[in-house]
Amino acid sequence: MENYLSLFETYNVPAAFWVNIQLSFWAAIWALAIGTVLALFRISPIPSLQLFGAAYVNIFRNTPLTIILAFGFLGLFSVMQISLASDLNISLFRIAIVGLSLYHAAFVCEAIRSGVNTVPLGQAEAARAIGLSFLPAARLIILPQAFRGAIAPLGNVLIALIKNSTVAAAGSVATESSGLMKTMIEFRSDLVIPIFLTFALGFVILVIPIGLLTTWASRKLAVAR
Amino acid sequence: MTSEQQPTVPASSGSPLVSLKNVNKHFGELHVLRDINLEVARGEVVVVIGPSGSGKSTLCRAINRLETIDDGEITIDGKVLPAEGKALAKLRADVGMVFQSFNLFAHKSILENVTLGPVKVRGMKSGEAKDLAMSLLKRVGVDNQAQKLPAQLSGGQQQRVAIARALAMQPKVMLFDEPTSALDPEMINEVLDAMVALAKEGMTMIVVTHEMGFARKAADRVIFMADGQIMEQAKPEEFFTNPQSDRAKDFLGKILSH
Repeated sequence: MENYLSLFETYNVPAAFWVNIQLSFWAAIWALAIGTVLALFRISPIPSLQLFGAAYVNIFRNTPLTIILAFGFLGLFSVMQISLASDLNISLFRIAIVGLSLYHAAFVCEAIRSGVNTVPLGQAEAARAIGLSFLPAARLIILPQAFRGAIAPLGNVLIALIKNSTVAAAGSVATESSGLMKTMIEFRSDLVIPIFLTFALGFVILVIPIGLLTTWASRKLAVAR
Repeated sequence: MTSEQQPTVPASSGSPLVSLKNVNKHFGELHVLRDINLEVARGEVVVVIGPSGSGKSTLCRAINRLETIDDGEITIDGKVLPAEGKALAKLRADVGMVFQSFNLFAHKSILENVTLGPVKVRGMKSGEAKDLAMSLLKRVGVDNQAQKLPAQLSGGQQQRVAIARALAMQPKVMLFDEPTSALDPEMINEVLDAMVALAKEGMTMIVVTHEMGFARKAADRVIFMADGQIMEQAKPEEFFTNPQSDRAKDFLGKILSH
Protein backbone atom coordinates (compact mmCIF):
# COMPACT_ATOMS: atom_id res chain seq x y z
CA MET A 1 0.00 0.00 0.00
CA GLU A 2 2.77 2.40 0.90
CA ASN A 3 4.45 1.45 -2.31
CA TYR A 4 1.32 2.28 -4.21
CA LEU A 5 0.82 5.66 -2.55
CA SER A 6 4.42 6.59 -3.25
CA LEU A 7 3.56 6.43 -6.95
CA PHE A 8 1.54 9.62 -6.60
CA GLU A 9 4.53 11.43 -5.13
CA THR A 10 6.76 10.47 -8.02
CA TYR A 11 4.21 10.87 -10.81
CA ASN A 12 1.64 13.64 -11.18
CA VAL A 13 -1.41 11.60 -12.16
CA PRO A 14 -4.01 14.41 -11.82
CA ALA A 15 -1.93 16.62 -14.13
CA ALA A 16 -1.96 13.88 -16.77
CA PHE A 17 -5.75 13.57 -16.51
CA TRP A 18 -5.97 17.35 -16.75
CA VAL A 19 -4.26 17.13 -20.16
CA ASN A 20 -6.93 14.64 -21.30
CA ILE A 21 -9.67 16.92 -20.01
CA GLN A 22 -8.21 19.86 -21.92
CA LEU A 23 -7.79 17.82 -25.09
CA SER A 24 -11.39 16.61 -24.78
CA PHE A 25 -12.78 20.03 -24.00
CA TRP A 26 -11.29 21.76 -27.04
CA ALA A 27 -11.87 18.82 -29.36
CA ALA A 28 -15.51 18.60 -28.21
CA ILE A 29 -16.13 22.25 -29.07
CA TRP A 30 -14.49 21.99 -32.49
CA ALA A 31 -16.10 18.64 -33.26
CA LEU A 32 -19.52 20.07 -32.37
CA ALA A 33 -18.98 23.07 -34.64
CA ILE A 34 -17.61 21.07 -37.57
CA GLY A 35 -20.16 18.27 -37.07
CA THR A 36 -23.05 20.75 -37.12
CA VAL A 37 -21.84 22.25 -40.39
CA LEU A 38 -21.44 18.74 -41.85
CA ALA A 39 -24.96 17.81 -40.74
CA LEU A 40 -26.25 20.98 -42.43
CA PHE A 41 -24.43 19.91 -45.60
CA ARG A 42 -25.98 16.46 -45.44
CA ILE A 43 -29.55 17.75 -45.07
CA SER A 44 -29.10 20.67 -47.48
CA PRO A 45 -30.87 20.70 -50.84
CA ILE A 46 -27.55 21.16 -52.68
CA PRO A 47 -26.20 17.84 -54.05
CA SER A 48 -22.50 18.82 -54.03
CA LEU A 49 -22.68 19.74 -50.32
CA GLN A 50 -24.55 16.51 -49.55
CA LEU A 51 -21.83 14.58 -51.35
CA PHE A 52 -19.07 16.40 -49.48
CA GLY A 53 -20.75 15.73 -46.14
CA ALA A 54 -21.25 12.05 -46.91
CA ALA A 55 -17.67 11.64 -48.19
CA TYR A 56 -16.21 13.36 -45.11
CA VAL A 57 -18.21 11.23 -42.70
CA ASN A 58 -17.36 8.00 -44.45
CA ILE A 59 -13.65 8.76 -44.69
CA PHE A 60 -13.11 9.98 -41.15
CA ARG A 61 -15.48 7.56 -39.45
CA ASN A 62 -13.80 4.62 -41.10
CA THR A 63 -10.19 5.64 -40.50
CA PRO A 64 -8.64 4.49 -37.21
CA LEU A 65 -8.05 7.42 -34.88
CA THR A 66 -4.51 6.19 -34.21
CA ILE A 67 -3.69 6.66 -37.87
CA ILE A 68 -5.19 10.15 -37.97
CA LEU A 69 -3.25 11.27 -34.90
CA ALA A 70 -0.03 9.59 -36.00
CA PHE A 71 -0.43 11.35 -39.35
CA GLY A 72 -0.88 14.63 -37.50
CA PHE A 73 2.48 14.13 -35.78
CA LEU A 74 4.49 12.39 -38.47
CA GLY A 75 2.83 13.84 -41.57
CA LEU A 76 1.73 17.36 -40.69
CA PHE A 77 4.30 18.15 -38.03
CA SER A 78 7.47 16.26 -38.96
CA VAL A 79 7.32 16.03 -42.74
CA MET A 80 5.23 19.03 -43.77
CA GLN A 81 6.63 21.15 -40.92
CA ILE A 82 3.21 22.52 -40.02
CA SER A 83 3.41 24.08 -36.59
CA LEU A 84 0.50 25.52 -34.62
CA ALA A 85 2.60 27.21 -31.95
CA SER A 86 6.22 28.22 -31.40
CA ASP A 87 6.46 25.85 -28.44
CA LEU A 88 6.92 22.25 -29.56
CA ASN A 89 4.64 20.71 -26.93
CA ILE A 90 1.85 23.23 -27.44
CA SER A 91 2.08 22.66 -31.18
CA LEU A 92 1.74 18.87 -30.76
CA PHE A 93 -1.11 19.40 -28.30
CA ARG A 94 -2.96 21.56 -30.84
CA ILE A 95 -2.34 19.15 -33.69
CA ALA A 96 -3.80 16.39 -31.53
CA ILE A 97 -6.87 18.57 -30.94
CA VAL A 98 -7.23 19.05 -34.69
CA GLY A 99 -7.08 15.29 -35.27
CA LEU A 100 -9.52 14.50 -32.47
CA SER A 101 -11.90 17.22 -33.72
CA LEU A 102 -11.85 16.10 -37.34
CA TYR A 103 -12.40 12.47 -36.37
CA HIS A 104 -15.23 13.06 -33.89
CA ALA A 105 -16.92 15.64 -36.12
CA ALA A 106 -18.00 12.71 -38.32
CA PHE A 107 -19.73 11.09 -35.35
CA VAL A 108 -21.24 14.39 -34.20
CA CYS A 109 -22.64 14.86 -37.71
CA GLU A 110 -24.32 11.47 -37.61
CA ALA A 111 -25.65 12.07 -34.08
CA ILE A 112 -27.22 15.36 -35.19
CA ARG A 113 -28.59 13.69 -38.28
CA SER A 114 -30.27 11.10 -36.08
CA GLY A 115 -31.69 14.06 -34.16
CA VAL A 116 -32.97 15.56 -37.40
CA ASN A 117 -34.80 12.29 -38.02
CA THR A 118 -36.73 12.83 -34.78
CA VAL A 119 -38.16 16.07 -36.22
CA PRO A 120 -41.31 15.37 -38.25
CA LEU A 121 -41.20 16.40 -41.91
CA GLY A 122 -44.19 18.67 -41.28
CA GLN A 123 -41.97 21.02 -39.22
CA ALA A 124 -39.78 21.72 -42.24
CA GLU A 125 -42.82 22.05 -44.51
CA ALA A 126 -44.44 24.54 -42.14
CA ALA A 127 -41.19 26.50 -41.98
CA ARG A 128 -40.96 26.62 -45.77
CA ALA A 129 -44.65 27.50 -46.05
CA ILE A 130 -44.22 30.72 -44.06
CA GLY A 131 -41.40 31.74 -46.38
CA LEU A 132 -38.25 30.64 -44.54
CA SER A 133 -35.49 29.48 -46.88
CA PHE A 134 -33.21 26.55 -46.02
CA LEU A 135 -30.73 28.18 -43.63
CA PRO A 136 -33.21 30.13 -41.49
CA ALA A 137 -35.52 27.10 -41.40
CA ALA A 138 -32.62 24.92 -40.27
CA ARG A 139 -31.41 27.43 -37.70
CA LEU A 140 -34.77 28.38 -36.21
CA ILE A 141 -36.88 25.25 -36.57
CA ILE A 142 -34.99 22.06 -37.45
CA LEU A 143 -31.66 22.21 -35.59
CA PRO A 144 -33.04 23.39 -32.21
CA GLN A 145 -35.37 20.39 -32.18
CA ALA A 146 -32.72 18.08 -33.66
CA PHE A 147 -30.18 18.95 -30.93
CA ARG A 148 -32.74 18.22 -28.26
CA GLY A 149 -33.44 14.88 -29.89
CA ALA A 150 -29.73 14.16 -30.26
CA ILE A 151 -28.55 14.78 -26.69
CA ALA A 152 -28.13 11.08 -25.85
CA PRO A 153 -26.14 10.17 -29.00
CA LEU A 154 -24.10 13.39 -28.63
CA GLY A 155 -23.35 12.31 -25.05
CA ASN A 156 -22.10 9.00 -26.39
CA VAL A 157 -19.79 10.82 -28.79
CA LEU A 158 -18.44 12.93 -25.92
CA ILE A 159 -17.81 9.82 -23.82
CA ALA A 160 -15.96 8.19 -26.69
CA LEU A 161 -14.00 11.40 -27.26
CA ILE A 162 -12.80 11.58 -23.64
CA LYS A 163 -11.58 8.01 -23.76
CA ASN A 164 -10.14 8.46 -27.25
CA SER A 165 -8.13 11.44 -26.02
CA THR A 166 -5.65 8.85 -24.73
CA VAL A 167 -4.84 8.07 -28.35
CA ALA A 168 -3.17 11.51 -28.44
CA ALA A 169 -0.14 9.57 -27.20
CA ALA A 170 0.11 8.37 -30.79
CA GLY A 171 0.43 12.02 -31.75
CA SER A 172 3.31 12.39 -29.26
CA VAL A 173 1.38 14.27 -26.63
CA ALA A 174 3.48 12.56 -23.96
CA THR A 175 1.96 14.36 -21.00
CA GLU A 176 -1.51 12.82 -21.20
CA SER A 177 -2.62 9.97 -18.97
CA SER A 178 -1.96 6.91 -21.11
CA GLY A 179 1.53 8.25 -21.82
CA LEU A 180 2.14 8.67 -18.11
CA MET A 181 0.70 5.22 -17.46
CA LYS A 182 3.20 3.72 -19.89
CA THR A 183 6.06 5.48 -18.15
CA MET A 184 4.85 4.37 -14.72
CA ILE A 185 4.56 0.75 -15.83
CA GLU A 186 8.01 0.88 -17.31
CA PHE A 187 9.58 2.00 -14.05
CA ARG A 188 7.28 0.23 -11.57
CA SER A 189 6.58 -3.13 -13.11
CA ASP A 190 5.89 -4.44 -9.59
CA LEU A 191 2.67 -2.38 -9.57
CA VAL A 192 1.31 -3.02 -13.05
CA ILE A 193 -2.18 -3.99 -12.00
CA PRO A 194 -2.75 -1.18 -9.48
CA ILE A 195 -1.50 1.29 -12.08
CA PHE A 196 -3.92 -0.05 -14.68
CA LEU A 197 -6.79 0.08 -12.22
CA THR A 198 -5.92 3.64 -11.20
CA PHE A 199 -6.19 4.93 -14.75
CA ALA A 200 -9.26 2.87 -15.51
CA LEU A 201 -10.97 4.25 -12.40
CA GLY A 202 -9.92 7.77 -13.32
CA PHE A 203 -11.72 7.53 -16.65
CA VAL A 204 -14.79 5.90 -15.14
CA ILE A 205 -15.03 8.81 -12.69
CA LEU A 206 -14.65 11.30 -15.55
CA VAL A 207 -17.21 9.66 -17.78
CA ILE A 208 -20.00 8.53 -15.45
CA PRO A 209 -21.32 12.05 -14.74
CA ILE A 210 -21.58 12.69 -18.47
CA GLY A 211 -23.76 9.64 -18.98
CA LEU A 212 -25.99 10.64 -16.07
CA LEU A 213 -26.17 14.23 -17.22
CA THR A 214 -27.09 13.44 -20.83
CA THR A 215 -29.74 10.91 -19.79
CA TRP A 216 -31.27 13.51 -17.50
CA ALA A 217 -31.00 16.30 -20.09
CA SER A 218 -32.43 14.26 -22.95
CA ARG A 219 -35.51 13.59 -20.83
CA LYS A 220 -35.75 17.12 -19.51
CA LEU A 221 -35.32 18.80 -22.90
CA ALA A 222 -37.32 16.36 -25.06
CA VAL A 223 -39.66 18.24 -27.39
CA ALA A 224 -43.27 17.45 -26.48
CA ARG A 225 -45.32 16.49 -29.54
CA MET B 1 -66.14 14.41 -68.32
CA THR B 2 -67.91 17.70 -67.88
CA SER B 3 -65.87 20.63 -66.87
CA GLU B 4 -68.06 23.62 -67.35
CA GLN B 5 -66.67 26.93 -66.23
CA GLN B 6 -68.81 28.66 -63.64
CA PRO B 7 -69.04 32.44 -63.83
CA THR B 8 -68.31 32.89 -60.13
CA VAL B 9 -65.63 35.48 -60.75
CA PRO B 10 -66.71 39.02 -59.92
CA ALA B 11 -66.35 41.16 -63.02
CA SER B 12 -64.07 43.70 -61.33
CA SER B 13 -61.38 41.30 -60.16
CA GLY B 14 -59.30 41.18 -63.34
CA SER B 15 -56.67 38.44 -63.72
CA PRO B 16 -56.95 35.27 -61.61
CA LEU B 17 -54.99 35.18 -58.35
CA VAL B 18 -54.01 31.54 -58.72
CA SER B 19 -53.74 29.86 -62.07
CA LEU B 20 -52.67 26.35 -63.03
CA LYS B 21 -52.08 25.53 -66.68
CA ASN B 22 -51.62 21.99 -67.96
CA VAL B 23 -50.08 20.83 -64.71
CA ASN B 24 -48.84 17.23 -64.64
CA LYS B 25 -47.17 15.26 -61.89
CA HIS B 26 -46.12 11.64 -61.48
CA PHE B 27 -45.18 9.70 -58.37
CA GLY B 28 -43.15 7.03 -60.15
CA GLU B 29 -45.64 5.17 -62.32
CA LEU B 30 -48.62 6.91 -60.79
CA HIS B 31 -49.94 9.90 -62.73
CA VAL B 32 -51.27 11.91 -59.76
CA LEU B 33 -52.05 15.16 -61.54
CA ARG B 34 -53.31 14.88 -65.10
CA ASP B 35 -53.34 18.04 -67.13
CA ILE B 36 -54.86 20.22 -64.42
CA ASN B 37 -56.25 23.60 -65.48
CA LEU B 38 -57.64 25.78 -62.76
CA GLU B 39 -58.11 29.47 -62.14
CA VAL B 40 -59.03 30.95 -58.79
CA ALA B 41 -60.18 34.53 -58.64
CA ARG B 42 -59.40 37.07 -55.95
CA GLY B 43 -61.76 36.54 -53.02
CA GLU B 44 -63.01 33.23 -54.30
CA VAL B 45 -63.43 30.21 -52.02
CA VAL B 46 -62.83 26.95 -53.83
CA VAL B 47 -63.44 23.62 -52.17
CA VAL B 48 -61.69 20.58 -53.62
CA ILE B 49 -63.27 17.23 -52.87
CA GLY B 50 -62.74 13.72 -54.12
CA PRO B 51 -61.90 10.20 -53.03
CA SER B 52 -58.56 9.55 -51.34
CA GLY B 53 -55.77 9.17 -53.85
CA SER B 54 -57.50 11.50 -56.29
CA GLY B 55 -54.62 13.98 -56.17
CA LYS B 56 -56.43 16.75 -54.33
CA SER B 57 -53.83 17.10 -51.56
CA THR B 58 -51.03 17.00 -54.12
CA LEU B 59 -52.79 19.76 -56.06
CA CYS B 60 -53.01 21.88 -52.93
CA ARG B 61 -49.37 21.29 -52.00
CA ALA B 62 -48.19 21.99 -55.54
CA ILE B 63 -49.57 25.52 -55.34
CA ASN B 64 -46.81 26.56 -52.90
CA ARG B 65 -44.39 24.02 -54.31
CA LEU B 66 -44.23 21.69 -51.34
CA GLU B 67 -44.69 19.26 -54.23
CA THR B 68 -42.81 19.90 -57.44
CA ILE B 69 -44.58 19.45 -60.75
CA ASP B 70 -43.31 17.67 -63.85
CA ASP B 71 -44.67 20.13 -66.37
CA GLY B 72 -47.18 22.90 -66.76
CA GLU B 73 -47.23 26.29 -65.12
CA ILE B 74 -48.51 27.64 -61.82
CA THR B 75 -48.80 31.38 -61.34
CA ILE B 76 -49.75 33.32 -58.24
CA ASP B 77 -50.85 36.90 -58.70
CA GLY B 78 -49.38 36.86 -62.19
CA LYS B 79 -45.96 35.53 -61.09
CA VAL B 80 -44.80 32.11 -62.20
CA LEU B 81 -43.89 29.93 -59.21
CA PRO B 82 -40.06 29.96 -59.00
CA ALA B 83 -38.23 26.64 -58.83
CA GLU B 84 -36.29 27.32 -55.63
CA GLY B 85 -34.24 29.74 -53.60
CA LYS B 86 -35.08 33.17 -52.25
CA ALA B 87 -37.69 33.94 -54.88
CA LEU B 88 -39.65 30.83 -53.96
CA ALA B 89 -39.42 31.62 -50.25
CA LYS B 90 -40.68 35.14 -50.96
CA LEU B 91 -43.63 33.82 -52.92
CA ARG B 92 -44.46 31.22 -50.27
CA ALA B 93 -44.66 33.99 -47.70
CA ASP B 94 -47.66 35.28 -49.66
CA VAL B 95 -49.39 31.90 -49.65
CA GLY B 96 -50.78 30.76 -46.30
CA MET B 97 -50.86 27.04 -45.67
CA VAL B 98 -52.80 25.06 -43.09
CA PHE B 99 -51.87 21.39 -42.77
CA GLN B 100 -53.82 18.33 -41.76
CA SER B 101 -51.42 17.67 -38.86
CA PHE B 102 -51.21 21.36 -37.79
CA ASN B 103 -47.38 21.35 -37.83
CA LEU B 104 -47.00 24.03 -35.20
CA PHE B 105 -43.33 24.55 -34.30
CA ALA B 106 -43.15 22.14 -31.37
CA HIS B 107 -40.34 23.88 -29.46
CA LYS B 108 -41.86 27.35 -29.64
CA SER B 109 -44.71 28.92 -27.68
CA ILE B 110 -48.04 29.63 -29.35
CA LEU B 111 -47.17 33.32 -29.51
CA GLU B 112 -43.71 32.61 -31.00
CA ASN B 113 -45.31 30.34 -33.59
CA VAL B 114 -47.33 33.29 -34.86
CA THR B 115 -44.67 36.02 -34.55
CA LEU B 116 -41.82 34.01 -36.13
CA GLY B 117 -42.85 34.57 -39.74
CA PRO B 118 -43.59 38.29 -39.47
CA VAL B 119 -40.31 38.93 -37.62
CA LYS B 120 -37.94 36.62 -39.52
CA VAL B 121 -39.46 36.80 -43.00
CA ARG B 122 -41.17 40.19 -43.12
CA GLY B 123 -38.68 41.96 -40.84
CA MET B 124 -41.41 43.29 -38.57
CA LYS B 125 -40.41 44.71 -35.17
CA SER B 126 -41.05 42.19 -32.41
CA GLY B 127 -43.42 44.45 -30.45
CA GLU B 128 -45.49 45.07 -33.55
CA ALA B 129 -45.48 41.35 -34.42
CA LYS B 130 -46.63 40.50 -30.91
CA ASP B 131 -49.59 42.89 -31.17
CA LEU B 132 -50.51 41.44 -34.54
CA ALA B 133 -50.18 37.88 -33.22
CA MET B 134 -52.30 38.57 -30.16
CA SER B 135 -55.05 40.13 -32.24
CA LEU B 136 -55.05 37.14 -34.61
CA LEU B 137 -55.03 34.66 -31.72
CA LYS B 138 -57.93 36.56 -30.21
CA ARG B 139 -59.76 36.37 -33.51
CA VAL B 140 -59.49 32.56 -33.55
CA GLY B 141 -60.20 32.39 -29.81
CA VAL B 142 -56.90 31.06 -28.42
CA ASP B 143 -55.32 34.27 -27.12
CA ASN B 144 -55.49 32.94 -23.55
CA GLN B 145 -53.11 30.10 -24.56
CA ALA B 146 -50.39 32.36 -25.98
CA GLN B 147 -47.63 31.34 -23.57
CA LYS B 148 -48.20 27.58 -23.83
CA LEU B 149 -46.43 25.06 -26.04
CA PRO B 150 -48.36 23.45 -28.91
CA ALA B 151 -48.44 20.01 -27.23
CA GLN B 152 -50.40 21.53 -24.34
CA LEU B 153 -53.29 22.51 -26.62
CA SER B 154 -56.12 20.43 -28.05
CA GLY B 155 -56.07 19.59 -31.75
CA GLY B 156 -58.79 22.13 -32.51
CA GLN B 157 -56.89 24.85 -30.67
CA GLN B 158 -53.65 23.93 -32.44
CA GLN B 159 -55.32 24.13 -35.83
CA ARG B 160 -56.77 27.55 -35.02
CA VAL B 161 -53.27 28.69 -34.03
CA ALA B 162 -52.03 27.33 -37.36
CA ILE B 163 -54.63 29.49 -39.12
CA ALA B 164 -53.47 32.52 -37.11
CA ARG B 165 -49.84 31.72 -37.96
CA ALA B 166 -50.67 31.68 -41.67
CA LEU B 167 -52.74 34.87 -41.44
CA ALA B 168 -49.90 36.69 -39.68
CA MET B 169 -48.04 36.70 -42.99
CA GLN B 170 -50.94 38.62 -44.52
CA PRO B 171 -51.17 36.12 -47.35
CA LYS B 172 -52.88 36.73 -50.67
CA VAL B 173 -54.36 33.25 -50.67
CA MET B 174 -54.82 30.53 -48.06
CA LEU B 175 -54.43 26.83 -48.77
CA PHE B 176 -56.09 24.30 -46.46
CA ASP B 177 -54.96 20.70 -46.83
CA GLU B 178 -57.65 18.62 -45.08
CA PRO B 179 -57.60 20.91 -42.05
CA THR B 180 -60.14 18.94 -40.01
CA SER B 181 -59.23 15.37 -40.94
CA ALA B 182 -56.97 14.80 -37.92
CA LEU B 183 -59.41 16.31 -35.43
CA ASP B 184 -61.76 14.69 -32.94
CA PRO B 185 -65.37 15.26 -34.09
CA GLU B 186 -66.19 17.73 -31.33
CA MET B 187 -63.35 20.00 -32.42
CA ILE B 188 -64.15 20.15 -36.10
CA ASN B 189 -66.69 22.94 -35.83
CA GLU B 190 -64.45 25.36 -33.97
CA VAL B 191 -61.97 25.15 -36.85
CA LEU B 192 -64.65 25.32 -39.54
CA ASP B 193 -66.17 28.38 -37.84
CA ALA B 194 -62.84 30.15 -38.06
CA MET B 195 -62.59 29.21 -41.73
CA VAL B 196 -66.13 30.36 -42.52
CA ALA B 197 -65.40 33.69 -40.84
CA LEU B 198 -62.28 34.02 -42.95
CA ALA B 199 -64.20 33.26 -46.13
CA LYS B 200 -66.82 35.88 -45.26
CA GLU B 201 -64.05 38.47 -44.88
CA GLY B 202 -63.14 37.91 -48.50
CA MET B 203 -59.98 35.81 -48.16
CA THR B 204 -59.12 33.81 -51.26
CA MET B 205 -59.16 30.18 -50.15
CA ILE B 206 -58.46 26.79 -51.66
CA VAL B 207 -59.74 24.13 -49.29
CA VAL B 208 -59.23 20.40 -49.63
CA THR B 209 -61.79 18.86 -47.32
CA HIS B 210 -64.42 16.23 -46.74
CA GLU B 211 -66.64 18.69 -44.88
CA MET B 212 -69.64 19.05 -47.16
CA GLY B 213 -71.28 21.42 -44.66
CA PHE B 214 -68.38 23.83 -45.05
CA ALA B 215 -68.59 23.56 -48.83
CA ARG B 216 -72.29 24.38 -48.81
CA LYS B 217 -71.89 27.23 -46.35
CA ALA B 218 -68.77 28.98 -47.58
CA ALA B 219 -67.67 27.80 -51.02
CA ASP B 220 -68.17 29.73 -54.23
CA ARG B 221 -67.21 26.70 -56.27
CA VAL B 222 -66.74 23.00 -55.68
CA ILE B 223 -64.14 21.09 -57.64
CA PHE B 224 -64.47 17.34 -57.82
CA MET B 225 -61.28 15.38 -58.47
CA ALA B 226 -60.78 11.72 -59.24
CA ASP B 227 -57.77 9.85 -60.63
CA GLY B 228 -55.70 13.01 -60.80
CA GLN B 229 -58.20 14.86 -62.96
CA ILE B 230 -60.72 17.60 -62.35
CA MET B 231 -63.92 15.70 -63.20
CA GLU B 232 -66.31 18.57 -62.72
CA GLN B 233 -66.74 21.92 -61.06
CA ALA B 234 -69.90 23.74 -60.08
CA LYS B 235 -71.53 25.91 -57.45
CA PRO B 236 -72.00 23.90 -54.23
CA GLU B 237 -75.80 23.57 -54.40
CA GLU B 238 -75.67 22.55 -58.01
CA PHE B 239 -72.90 20.04 -57.43
CA PHE B 240 -74.48 18.39 -54.40
CA THR B 241 -78.01 18.22 -55.84
CA ASN B 242 -77.18 17.50 -59.43
CA PRO B 243 -73.70 16.03 -60.00
CA GLN B 244 -72.93 15.42 -63.66
CA SER B 245 -70.23 12.74 -63.78
CA ASP B 246 -70.75 9.14 -62.71
CA ARG B 247 -67.68 9.32 -60.45
CA ALA B 248 -69.15 12.29 -58.60
CA LYS B 249 -72.57 10.62 -58.29
CA ASP B 250 -70.90 7.51 -56.95
CA PHE B 251 -68.73 9.49 -54.51
CA LEU B 252 -71.60 11.60 -53.20
CA GLY B 253 -73.76 8.51 -52.90
CA LYS B 254 -71.15 6.92 -50.66
CA ILE B 255 -70.55 9.88 -48.37
CA LEU B 256 -74.09 11.22 -48.13
CA SER B 257 -75.89 7.91 -47.62
CA HIS B 258 -75.67 8.02 -43.82
